[in-house]
Amino acid sequence: MTSIGTGYDLSASTYSPDGRIFQVEYANKAVENSGTAIGLKVKDGVVLAVEKLVHSKLLVPGANRRIQTVDRHIGLATAGLPADGRTVANRARDEAANHRDTYRSPPPLKTIADRLGHFVQMYTLYSSVRPFGISTILGAVDKDGPALYVIEPSGVFYGYHGAAVGKGRQLAKTELEKLKLSELTAREAVMEAARIIYLVHEDAKEKEFELEMSWIGPESNGHHVAVPKDLFDAAEASAREALVSGLE
Amino acid sequence: MDHFPLNWGRPRNDAIDLYGTYPIAPRNAPKDTFAAGIQHTQQPIVTGTSVLAIKFKDGIMMAADNLASYGSLARFRDIQRLHPVGEHTVIGAGGDMGDFQYIQSILDELMVDEFSAHDGHTLGPAEVHNYLSELMYARRSKMDPLWNSILVGGVKDGQRFLAFVDLLGTTYSAATLATGYGAHIAQPLLRRAVEGRENTLTEAEARKIIEESMQVLFYRDARSLDKYQIATITSAGVHITESLKLETSWSFAEGIRGYGAQTQ
Amino acid sequence: MERIDFQQLKAGEVNLGTSIMAVQFSNGVVIGADSRTTTGSYIANRVTDKLTHVHDRVYCCRSGSAADTQAVADIVHYNLQLYSQSAGSPPTVHTAASLFQKICYENKDGLSAGIIVAGWDKEIGPSVYNIPLGGGLFRQPWAIGGSGSTYVYGYCDATYQEGWGRDETVNFVKNTLSLAMSRDGSSGGVIRMCVITEAGVERLFIPGNELPKFWQGTEVLSALKSKALDPQVVPMAVE
Repeated sequence: MTSIGTGYDLSASTYSPDGRIFQVEYANKAVENSGTAIGLKVKDGVVLAVEKLVHSKLLVPGANRRIQTVDRHIGLATAGLPADGRTVANRARDEAANHRDTYRSPPPLKTIADRLGHFVQMYTLYSSVRPFGISTILGAVDKDGPALYVIEPSGVFYGYHGAAVGKGRQLAKTELEKLKLSELTAREAVMEAARIIYLVHEDAKEKEFELEMSWIGPESNGHHVAVPKDLFDAAEASAREALVSGLE
Repeated sequence: MDHFPLNWGRPRNDAIDLYGTYPIAPRNAPKDTFAAGIQHTQQPIVTGTSVLAIKFKDGIMMAADNLASYGSLARFRDIQRLHPVGEHTVIGAGGDMGDFQYIQSILDELMVDEFSAHDGHTLGPAEVHNYLSELMYARRSKMDPLWNSILVGGVKDGQRFLAFVDLLGTTYSAATLATGYGAHIAQPLLRRAVEGRENTLTEAEARKIIEESMQVLFYRDARSLDKYQIATITSAGVHITESLKLETSWSFAEGIRGYGAQTQ
Repeated sequence: MERIDFQQLKAGEVNLGTSIMAVQFSNGVVIGADSRTTTGSYIANRVTDKLTHVHDRVYCCRSGSAADTQAVADIVHYNLQLYSQSAGSPPTVHTAASLFQKICYENKDGLSAGIIVAGWDKEIGPSVYNIPLGGGLFRQPWAIGGSGSTYVYGYCDATYQEGWGRDETVNFVKNTLSLAMSRDGSSGGVIRMCVITEAGVERLFIPGNELPKFWQGTEVLSALKSKALDPQVVPMAVE
């Protein structure tokens, strides 16, 4: 890397001569090393799925969740440093509660994404802090329907129809682009999400992983909740099957 | 009759209800030297009247009318005074409606926090009631009470729960509860109908008891309305009805004349 | 400013919170009242008759303290009997109203009484007199009184017209009282009305569950129902 040894990468408050902030780029590296997280915005809802890499057999199954709930109708999935993910989620909850307190109504996702973007960007300005080593996929069904955003370590955020961050993002994006997202139901999207996570995991030949999936849609009453067990199991089984048949 | 020109053209005493549409009674004006300090809520302004609730075989039934009064003015006739809190609980409030809305938002925030934790636990009626009692007591201890009488009812894990909390943080629990005028007028009726039969009353029977009590309250409470709602909380969850219209009877009064000897 | 409260109701006193009304028309008057009597916010009587006979063709509508107005009406009733016996003819409405006015004015410090006197007499036909709190006497084509009346002055001003017949007048009274009763917590119950003409006094009765209906507020739940997810809102198709 050209930045190493130049001295321009020691602080987030220092630009390199060609206008880059290396600490932010390193933060992106932290994201790239993480298990994949994807989000699908479909006809009637949003589905989030995470490939949670399990680095030890001693870990309790289901521990260290990477999908978190921000408000009744808002969920978030992170790729990168898990502790940074929890910090951003807590900030998101505060922003959502603050919006409810001020406006007596559920926050639209764009507002939360905007506030969180500012929050994340603040950590790219000072030498005393380090940028967040995560990319955050925000999903919600708000007053305007389904919504999906990704916030990057630099603080920029974009709206997406389908989003993928982390190690397997390239393959995941390719798979997402094949889908007619605007025609899928949330239930169908769960099946696709599971398939994509299994696919990108197999591609990377990684160690053990746990699939985490949540959704927001008509079947969850507009709430962000974990995908129900029967649907989850069906999606996981079908994903494994697709993998086997795909390899033949 | 009044030597103060400022009072000309006004009802002669706002403390009584002669022509009063102005509910802030002058008798509450500060009288002692210490009262000039911080002034907090010393009386409710926009008010709701009674709330009734009983236990029955499958859960809790609660009722309150749709009126928010402004003194004697029936100012808002489409106000919901029963509020669901999560999946297992309903609260019903009398007293200041502004304070009640504040309480609703506090509880709503609490429920969002609990939902976001996603830890497999939810707050039931007992927890909500305890939370409210601490909130109400804390506020009365700041000399700034939330001016409400609240019934908390619900079912969780097969357990029925029904309890009261007021602006002082006072709490109690019983098979039948009523706030405001309901505590005087409806509570005896509810006790006669319910006590000892909490575990056998059907939903239909419970509903009849509630309807009859709401009817008597409408007959005798000058701050009540014949439009009301009923909340039913069972292990299946919370259900709050649309606005219901009370059936009333008046035809017996047609032949009444005067107040004594008058016959025409 | 501390108010002088000599005129207020005594603790626990029964109050005719009240909406009352009288309107004259071509050949008679229509008087009307609600039926609620309260002590504070307790409804002591929900079927009160506030239309009080003081002579054959003269009635009064009572508002204020029940005790005071009953006592005053009883005294006027007694005096009108004396009058008609000694004069040999029925009293005019003005005579009856003057008796009320005298008592109300001379005892203004002790009374809490707002009375409308109305009826028919041979000299001028139908007439309506209003005797409000201070004990003044005012002839009016229509009069409203009691706590509920403050809510319906605008309606009456906008609606009343001269030259109505009996049925239009009855409707006006019925609608006005219903509107007052629906807004004033101290009014309610049934509507009682009398149509007083030369021919006699006709009693009308509107049960509390058959009052004319006006705007009652919006539907409670429909207004609060959260906006359901609109299936029309779909993400843009990816090309």
